[in-house]
Amino acid sequence: MRPLALIAGLAGAVALLPAVVESGFVLNMAIMTLYTALIAQAWNILGGFGGQFSFGHAVFFGTGAYAMAVLQVKLGLNAWLALPVALTLGAAVGAMIGALTFRYGLRGSYFALVTLAFAEVFRILANTFQFTGAGVGIQIPLRESAADLQFAGKPGFLFAILALTVASLVIAWWLKHSRYGAWLQAVRDNEDSAAALGVDVFRVKLAAIALSGALMSAGGAFYLQYFRYVDPHIAYGPAISVEALLAAIVGGMGTIFGPLLGALVLHGLGEATRSLMQNAPGINLVIYGVLLVLIVMFLPRGIAGLFGRKA
Amino acid sequence: MSLEARGLSISFGGLKAVQQVSLTVREGSLSALIGPNGAGKSTFFGLVSGFLKPDAGSVHLHGREITGMAPHAICRLGMTRTFQIVQPFAAQTVRENIAVGAHLREPRRARALERAEAVARRVGLGAQLEQPAASLTIAGRKRLELARALATEPKLLLLDEVLAGLNPQEVAEMIPVIRALRASGITVFMIEHVMQAVMNLAEQVWVIAHGALIAAGSPGEVTRDAKVVEAYLGHGAAARLQQLAAEPGHA
Repeated sequence: MRPLALIAGLAGAVALLPAVVESGFVLNMAIMTLYTALIAQAWNILGGFGGQFSFGHAVFFGTGAYAMAVLQVKLGLNAWLALPVALTLGAAVGAMIGALTFRYGLRGSYFALVTLAFAEVFRILANTFQFTGAGVGIQIPLRESAADLQFAGKPGFLFAILALTVASLVIAWWLKHSRYGAWLQAVRDNEDSAAALGVDVFRVKLAAIALSGALMSAGGAFYLQYFRYVDPHIAYGPAISVEALLAAIVGGMGTIFGPLLGALVLHGLGEATRSLMQNAPGINLVIYGVLLVLIVMFLPRGIAGLFGRKA
Repeated sequence: MSLEARGLSISFGGLKAVQQVSLTVREGSLSALIGPNGAGKSTFFGLVSGFLKPDAGSVHLHGREITGMAPHAICRLGMTRTFQIVQPFAAQTVRENIAVGAHLREPRRARALERAEAVARRVGLGAQLEQPAASLTIAGRKRLELARALATEPKLLLLDEVLAGLNPQEVAEMIPVIRALRASGITVFMIEHVMQAVMNLAEQVWVIAHGALIAAGSPGEVTRDAKVVEAYLGHGAAARLQQLAAEPGHA
């Protein structure tokens, strides 16, 4: 099936979900899976399509979440107006990190370490300043209306995250079918060859990290609206960085549907282990680790790799 | 498109990799830079194509100074290089690889993929279009390297040892491809280690050894040059060869 048709079909099916299922558990599960798919796709744009492995994508996630929180609570801005600001700030933080690291040719593990360091620095800053609520964090007031990007029930949130995730899938599809995407993948596979063929490697990578940062901050913005609370550890801690890269790698880096598949598998496994081993909280993390090792060893192209090159 | 290097020099620590190299590649010519291993050939290409910044000297492309310009910007001006160690985008097909080059002048994806096909036929890769680049043989990868460069529609091609590593039959198949490039109006400047192939192809040859030019001229002229013989075969080789030639029965 053609990817765009598949995306449309999936979107339609998920949109119908609230009409047939009333269970809050199932809807919450769908919301969290889509949310993981969104942040994994954000990571995938830079890591999978661009070959720049970030270990600190929380830096963009946290920026999106804090931007939404600070703008609404401290400046009284409407959530719908705060959202584009949050996305822009995510892109700007991406461009700043990209300008600093790519300018000096940091690649591979050096790039990974620097992104990790940036996330930690932001976590410490958020922990320090009063306007981010310091160590206490920020809670946004409950206003259950679509006008405030909060919803009275799960279906509203499901539609919101579905829209964002579909947008991220369409961006991934565009990367597979555009000049920019071809350039980005060429840079991933061989920077020198790409440069010799007229590709401006620095600008291509800079655009990728800005785009990735904007999408990741959309994930942070959604998180804030859904849970209405953020603190430095949630926003900038390593857990969110790992979740994004884990789902992308397990599902299949550099593919359109890999991050979604990875999110499905991780949430499925997470739920299964939670119900099977209730007295061992955190065991799902152990299983994720084992899964990651197995995938890297035996399925380097992830689950999507099983479906052929076009997935 | 003409290329002129004036006094190009670069050192890596104490090693003078390229020293005071000046040469002019005429528009429409097919010329070559030859020299033994480690002579500085690829370093020289790195300097003119923007991958390395010279310590001294300048590079002019068609009268315009390009010293210190970024590789991608130089490529946009119409001079494209290939690499001695072939570097395909391994995760992509032959067609997708070539399309990356085609995208320099063609923003639309479908058109670039179409153009890739025409370029592939030109270098004899038409049958392997949908194969992953990683599955190609060395000869196939050399052709792919050439095809990608060609897809950028260069006016001047810098070919870094496109014949090295090929067997004699593969070399024989590649030579007409290179001739056809020149015939189509592209200026070709190649680095070669394989002397014999160059003798067949190039009309102008420069010889580099220990980073410095030691001879220039037609292929016939440089192979008779004593300094060139010594650079390839070692000190005193030219004298010994002359001695051998002078003895009866060895002429």
